[in-house]
Amino acid sequence: MRQRSIRGFVQAGWALLTNGHLTGFWTGRLYQGRLKQICVPGLNCYSCPGSLGSCPIGALQAVLGKSGYRFSYYLAGFFLLMGGVLGRFVCGFLCPFGWIQELLHRIPLPKGWKERVSGFGFDRTLRWLKYIILVLFVVALPLTVVNAVGGGSPWFCKWICPAGTLEAGIPLAIQNPMIRDALGLLFSWKAFILTITVAASILIARPFCKYVCPLGAIYGLFNKVAMFRYYIDENKCTSCGACRKNCPMRIDPARECNHIECVRCGNCRRACPAGAIGRTDPRSIAARRDSLKI
Amino acid sequence: MTRRESRREGGRRWISPTLIGCGTILIVIGVARGELGVILMKAIRVCMECVGIG
Repeated sequence: MRQRSIRGFVQAGWALLTNGHLTGFWTGRLYQGRLKQICVPGLNCYSCPGSLGSCPIGALQAVLGKSGYRFSYYLAGFFLLMGGVLGRFVCGFLCPFGWIQELLHRIPLPKGWKERVSGFGFDRTLRWLKYIILVLFVVALPLTVVNAVGGGSPWFCKWICPAGTLEAGIPLAIQNPMIRDALGLLFSWKAFILTITVAASILIARPFCKYVCPLGAIYGLFNKVAMFRYYIDENKCTSCGACRKNCPMRIDPARECNHIECVRCGNCRRACPAGAIGRTDPRSIAARRDSLKI
Repeated sequence: MTRRESRREGGRRWISPTLIGCGTILIVIGVARGELGVILMKAIRVCMECVGIG
């Protein structure tokens, strides 16, 4: 319970810290300082009036789509660094859009609705969608579909990202009549995607993270080797299934505690009655204990 | 811990520092190449695609 409340505070605090340009929400003007060239670890639209940093997925598309660049060393390094240290811990603690989905999922529904929907048949297959989106919309299309001067457009931000609609589109449209007047069919499409995401988030835990998010797809690849990872003590595990039942990402931590879908929410650790899931390798602890005995 | 498991875990222990080192080098190359300027120029203006104007 304690870790859960700490995680909630970290998520709220991080969302506030990285969107600390609060006057932007009243004036409709974006923060234009130099901090904006630095990427935040989570999915956070840089056109959000409060945003102090850049979204890594938006930044990646901006560099890939810029004629003369075609590869981003900065973003490649950023993903290696974040992935190497934290992996999908970023999703569980440092992503404002992940936090919003979690809050939506707390909305109560009649008993049994969430359980019935979250176990739908093609859940596993649909999880591959985020890799297709990453390759196609974030990398391939901005690189290959270019205008007369060789510039590509941010396809993911334009056609898919509901975070942009929620964090930037809606607040800016409320504040700025010129933007409001310019909204058309594309905004309607994006509002439709946002509506689906909100409705799905009430029924399913983190649907955007599971099926759509290209940033989660990247960080997930590092889960097995990141500095922050989980270990299972096979001597303590009784295979009771408590961790699996409490996992919002519907994985089995007893079988694979560093699964690419794990967002490090810690529900499995709290649910385990034997305390078998930890952040330190039980074998190295045992080895150290043995060496001390000698 | 079997010898195989310990070798695998020992190997894994080197992966994250290597990733962090490579990541830092790539970030420095990216900064030297002027990528931060591209990101800044995109981020300080309203992104029409993100908002839904196109």
